[in-house]
Amino acid sequence: MKVLIVDDEPNILLSLEFLMKKEGYRVFIARDGAEAFDIIRQEVPDLLLLDVMMPRVDGYEVCQFVKQSPEYQHCKVIFLSAKSKEIDVKRGLALGADLYLPKPFSTRELVAKIHELLPQTASSSGR
Amino acid sequence: MNSLTVLLCSVLYLSLLFAVAYWAEQRPQLGRSLVNNPYIYALSISVYCTAWTFYGSVGRAASGGIEFLTSYIGPTLGAPIWWSVQRKIIRICKTQRITSIADFISSRYGKSRLLGVLATLLCVMGMIPYISIQLKAITTSFAVLSGQAVGGASGASLSTKALLISLLLAMFTILFGTRKLEATERHEGMVTAIAFESIVKLVAFLTVGIFVTFFLFRGPSDLFEQAAAVPSLERLFTFNSTTSTANWFWNVCLSMMAILFLPRQFQVAIVENVDEKHLNKAMWLFPLYLFLINLFVLPLTFAGKLLLDPGVDADNYVLALPLQFGQSGLALLAYIGGFSAATSMIIVETIALSVMISNNVVMPLLVSRPGWQARFSALDGESSWSHVVITIRRLTIVGLLLLAFLYYHFVANHYSLVSVGVISFVAVAQFTPAMIGGLYWKRGSRAGAKLGLTAGFTLWLYTLILPSLASTGFLPGSFLTDGPFGLAFLRPYELFGLTGLDSISHALFWSLFFNIGGYVWGALNHPQTSLDHAQAVLFVDVYRYAQTGDQSVTWKGQALLSDLRILLATFFGDERARRTLDRVARRNHLTANTIYADPRVVAYAEKWLAGAIGAASARIIVSSVASEEPLSVDEVIHILKASQELMMVNKELTRKSTELQQTTEQLSQANERLKLSDQQKDDFVSTVTHEIRTPLTSIRALSEILYDQADMDEVVRLQFLGQVIRETERLSRLINQVLDLEHYDSGRYRLTTEPLLIDELVNESIESVAQLARDKGVSLRVSPTPGQLPILEGDRDRLTQVLINLLSNAIKFSPADTGQVTVSLALRQNWLDLSVTDNGVGIDPAMQQLIFEKFYQASNQTVRKPKGSGLGLAISKKIIELHHGTISVSSALQQGARFTCSLPVH
Repeated sequence: MKVLIVDDEPNILLSLEFLMKKEGYRVFIARDGAEAFDIIRQEVPDLLLLDVMMPRVDGYEVCQFVKQSPEYQHCKVIFLSAKSKEIDVKRGLALGADLYLPKPFSTRELVAKIHELLPQTASSSGR
Repeated sequence: MNSLTVLLCSVLYLSLLFAVAYWAEQRPQLGRSLVNNPYIYALSISVYCTAWTFYGSVGRAASGGIEFLTSYIGPTLGAPIWWSVQRKIIRICKTQRITSIADFISSRYGKSRLLGVLATLLCVMGMIPYISIQLKAITTSFAVLSGQAVGGASGASLSTKALLISLLLAMFTILFGTRKLEATERHEGMVTAIAFESIVKLVAFLTVGIFVTFFLFRGPSDLFEQAAAVPSLERLFTFNSTTSTANWFWNVCLSMMAILFLPRQFQVAIVENVDEKHLNKAMWLFPLYLFLINLFVLPLTFAGKLLLDPGVDADNYVLALPLQFGQSGLALLAYIGGFSAATSMIIVETIALSVMISNNVVMPLLVSRPGWQARFSALDGESSWSHVVITIRRLTIVGLLLLAFLYYHFVANHYSLVSVGVISFVAVAQFTPAMIGGLYWKRGSRAGAKLGLTAGFTLWLYTLILPSLASTGFLPGSFLTDGPFGLAFLRPYELFGLTGLDSISHALFWSLFFNIGGYVWGALNHPQTSLDHAQAVLFVDVYRYAQTGDQSVTWKGQALLSDLRILLATFFGDERARRTLDRVARRNHLTANTIYADPRVVAYAEKWLAGAIGAASARIIVSSVASEEPLSVDEVIHILKASQELMMVNKELTRKSTELQQTTEQLSQANERLKLSDQQKDDFVSTVTHEIRTPLTSIRALSEILYDQADMDEVVRLQFLGQVIRETERLSRLINQVLDLEHYDSGRYRLTTEPLLIDELVNESIESVAQLARDKGVSLRVSPTPGQLPILEGDRDRLTQVLINLLSNAIKFSPADTGQVTVSLALRQNWLDLSVTDNGVGIDPAMQQLIFEKFYQASNQTVRKPKGSGLGLAISKKIIELHHGTISVSSALQQGARFTCSLPVH
């Protein structure tokens, strides 16, 4: 199972990478939307953890691209964003995202939701 | 010629006249109105020439020579002033809906009822003798033509004829003038008939003149030669001892005034006027008419004297000459000419007087009694009042002609045509002070007009009417010779010992003397009432107010619109009242169906009624439905000032509205700015929130992991803990900066200034960022400073903060390893320029102003985001501005950037 983490905050990347690796995923990192596209095409991840506000290409565009392309049908998208207004949440979900968690989010909640979304990937290492 | 033929011809002529009038009245319905024509207008004014002119001129010339001309020289000399006087009166009458001279005077002096009655009385008393001589002329000429003795006929048979003629004329006048109630009192048919009559009398007189001059004599030279041979005739050619210059002067003045204020002249020249411009032509056409009709007066006089029996009355020469020489057809023409001259005068005069009497005497009396008012209003049929008005007028016409008949029977019979006519002239001349004063003098007041008119009227009675009664035996003859009660200085022909004038000049002099005296004294010694003053201004300044719109300045109070409508309906019919009120409302942009009538509507209703029943009656009748609060003088003055300033106000309004528009624009701009600043504030808050959430998120995620993962690798654990501490620092820094910025923004911040050595400041700052530069491989240097640097007065910590911010930005945006950051100092008069230059990515010129805004960097997503709050430059700018300096940037994309702080030094 592959997870792509897209954010421009080093410490978010640091913590999420640690967490996902712990869950048994192959983790890929992108610092903005443009980098994310490259990795998506190359690796076809099963899960996307997406920030919204990033330089160059933002999270909405990435989500839209993934959800509109048939080859990425299976890919789940979770938005993690400091934009927490209702209208931002709705917009994200409207684009096909599976979950929208406002920052600052709880890592425990995030992991639980991921388990709900991808039950078959009951982590090999587990806890 | 037998009397039946003459009677038949007279009735036929009257019928023809009526046909002309009827035809003219139908014309406007078919197309262009006939009376809208300056020639008809000038001819109708020629109603001035009555039987007095037609028969009397010859009679007067026979005794007084060329003195008869004074009656025509006056109007001729006076015609040029019509352009001012007549035009102004016409304009006033049109705007105020005035229908007679009595109405004019009453209206001008505060709509005074008493003045209206006084003026009417003066007119009636003045005009009765004048009408009576017309009756006399018709009766006499009828007798002469039908051969019933010239001079010696029995008085009784003549009187019976005169009575019949009076009644016949009354009937025709009623037909001409009172068939329906007109709010404007215009009679197109009558005017056309009068103009037609003017042609008839002119043609008749000229024909007789030409016959006598060229057929009985061999042209004028032959006639004058023969006349000159007779000594008694010779004196008639020239001025001589019997004619004094003073008499000439007074007689010319008299006719000049009479043509303006005779009721019939007022009727045709003012009330019936369709277009002010017609005056232009009338001003020369009318004198021309006078010239033509006087052309053969002297030839006829001489011919009569030379050819006729001395017993023939000179007043009858025009008729007697053709008869003497067997020209019965010509004699009939002369008779018709004289008949037309007399009838035209009678018709117009009695109509004018009947309007006056009904509007200024009877109606005010009727409408001022609630009982009467209710009684007439209750009559069935829509226009019950209009029925009443018309009936009054018809009765008045009959009454006037009967009065004239009585005067003819008892008095006029004993006098010549002219001497009676001139008495009437003196009567109407009494209007001159009140009229001319009313037109041109705003202080002319009601009290003055009453006093002047009463004085003039009394003097007229005393110096002209009483003597005429005395000489016919109604008063003892000693009244004339010794004065009343033997008081010689009161002798009516030599009042206060004034001698040397003929009776007319004498009477005119004294009556006008007291009239003008009374008018001026009254005006100067009695204050005007507010209504008096309002009307004075409206009349004198008519041109100004006629241009500024409706003259509805004098109503203040409330009237139910329904009451007003019912009131108008009783005069003009339901349908017309409703239509007119709607039109007035529309024109004034009012709602038609309000409960209370707008003051403008009330004023219009009053004016409309004034046209039908006179100003004073209209006021009374409108007051009966409108509870009027009296206008105070202050209010009137205020209202008048307001309308006077209307034009000015209009200009002012235009200016104000432009200003308002500008203000609105400014306001909406300000609003935009406010919205923008509101937006900026919102943006700031949401940006700050976002900027706080980001480190919070990292702290939460990292610490949760640390808490949950007990079995973490020690190295990773320490790394996580280190990042938590760093994010906490970032958070505190951010909060401090936000607080700083708000502090600077609020204007409460005080700098702690001290004298600073600039190089020391620079070196300290460079030391602070040296490690940062080394880490990135960026070279840092200070360019050599030129000579002695001045001492800078400033806040050390704040300026260091700015410099460090600029330096760390420069390092941040410089390329790693090849980056170069240079600090340079330059002196420019009293300014120190401190610049920090880098060789980094540079800044798009379009963004160079924006980067000093709060969080600009954060919200700009197009370039990779370097670390920082996005508040650094905004804070730096504030600090420099607090030092009264400026901060600016110069840069091009990919060519590095140079930030310069300019600070004032001494």
